[in-house]
Amino acid sequence: MSILSLKNVSKSFGALTVTDDVSFDVEPGQALGIIGPNGAGKSTLFNLITGNLMSDAGTIHFDGADVTHVPPMQRCLSGIGRSFQIPQPFDHLTVFENLLVAATHGQGKSEHEVEQECARILEQTEMADVANDPAGGLRLLQRKRLELARAMATNPKLLLLDEIAGGLTDAECTALIETIKGLHTSGVTIIWIEHVLHALTSVVERLLVLDFGKVIGLGDPDEIMNSREVKEIYLGIEV
Amino acid sequence: MSETSLYRVQTQTRASYSAGAVCIALIIVFILLPAFAGRGLIQDLFFIFTMLVLAQFWNLLAGYGGLVSVGQQAFVGMGAYAMFGGVILWGMDPVPAILLGGVAALIVAIPTAFFAFRLQGAYFAIGTWVIAEVMRLLVAQWKVLGGGTGTSLPRTATREMWATEWIQTTFDVRSAAARDILTYWLALALVIMTIAGIYWLLRTKRGLALAAVRDNVEAAKSVGVDAVRMKWLVYLVSAAGTGLTGALIYVQKVRISPDAAFSVTDWTAYVIFIVVIGGIGTIEGPILGVLIFFILQSLLADYGSWYLMVLGLIGIAVMLFAPRGLWGLISEKTGLQLFPVRRRLVVNAQSKTED
Repeated sequence: MSILSLKNVSKSFGALTVTDDVSFDVEPGQALGIIGPNGAGKSTLFNLITGNLMSDAGTIHFDGADVTHVPPMQRCLSGIGRSFQIPQPFDHLTVFENLLVAATHGQGKSEHEVEQECARILEQTEMADVANDPAGGLRLLQRKRLELARAMATNPKLLLLDEIAGGLTDAECTALIETIKGLHTSGVTIIWIEHVLHALTSVVERLLVLDFGKVIGLGDPDEIMNSREVKEIYLGIEV
Repeated sequence: MSETSLYRVQTQTRASYSAGAVCIALIIVFILLPAFAGRGLIQDLFFIFTMLVLAQFWNLLAGYGGLVSVGQQAFVGMGAYAMFGGVILWGMDPVPAILLGGVAALIVAIPTAFFAFRLQGAYFAIGTWVIAEVMRLLVAQWKVLGGGTGTSLPRTATREMWATEWIQTTFDVRSAAARDILTYWLALALVIMTIAGIYWLLRTKRGLALAAVRDNVEAAKSVGVDAVRMKWLVYLVSAAGTGLTGALIYVQKVRISPDAAFSVTDWTAYVIFIVVIGGIGTIEGPILGVLIFFILQSLLADYGSWYLMVLGLIGIAVMLFAPRGLWGLISEKTGLQLFPVRRRLVVNAQSKTED
């Protein structure tokens, strides 16, 4: 049974349809990549899955339950974790406290129960040295890492990553990929929106292409990248 | 321990241990103070304590909850009038009637929150002010409690108030002075409970959630924080606390009128001034702020509207040059935190020697 299932999901802002009749399934433990040009509706799709936006039509099932009308906080509790495209740290809390909020509320546990786990995630994401720094003062790479670390702290079954590799140097990107691969190996289902294609294809098993809110391709990454539609629409090449 | 952890979490600082000791010493001094101090000092301290409680609750609402209310006078007024109602209509003793003030404020807070929470930011601020004005106008229609001109607590009620007889004989004072001592002790108790309660709240995981909601609502929801519940929690807690304080203030004042009890200047503008110059979003800030406010008021009270203008100018100066308030400035320069809420992750030095 699939862990996430979208059926005919649509979302409009006024006359603009940003998500247009989107249907797809994700199997447990799978890593799915999402690509598409700017404005294709990728981040909106994430917001619909996390509940930060509510869909106008269609249904979303997660882990066997209909979550179409469930608010974001409960979706997080049931196991959906996310990172934001533009990092959204809790500025006045420290890095460690950012993780504590996520772990205590995202898992419904006490601070004492999760503090070692948070410390471990900080080590895993190479953030232990800035654990007690206010998150508002972090540099870009650290902000991106914090997005990932905070999402991990909610102990998600499904992790949504929104352009987490964008703007990083090659070395930084490689380190981040290793962390994400590690998560994937440990059994977490991943959906990853990314423009840095080599980063994406080194992790995901399936690729979904979005354009003008519609799914225009879904399948094996190599096949998708070589398909005519993707070259035309996404890469902008006349074929 | 079966497993030796590499890290541990530290929440206390050396300054906070000393601050704790100083607090306990101060509390003991304050409790015993009526035995030595004159009536004037007791009244001044009553004013400082009650303003401090109002400031702590406004700080909880605005500084931690991000809900900038300009309508706290609604709860001061409702609390005070509920206490008067209990005494005049039901013949209650004024002291237990103070609790009625807290309950009444809580009851009016629930329906008004439904309106107020539909508004954001500046609109919320104006909305809460409008709600308070509506309540002032409604209460002015309550003829049994004096309508628009107000009324006083009946002489029998104030003379036979709980514990005043005991205070009169113990301290050898007259009835009015005994009432001041009683309300002073109640205000002291309220300050201690308020600061201890807020400090406790901030150190629980709800305190973390509150800070997360204030910093970024969408991100907070995405990590499982119930943002709406946090808003309700701080709104209702500060309404009830403000209502209790309002009732207590008017047990001491004895005389009430709608214009005084629902005064936006006395119960909200001054309170905002205290929190802003002291330092918003900290427990220490309002404490420092109320002392500065009291000193300014003692120095400038004779100058009428000049006094208000000076307060305004100081407020503006602090906002421009020390946006986190005077305590923020001190804390930044010295790293001092008397009520630390930070959870610091420290490497466990003992982990190697223990195993």
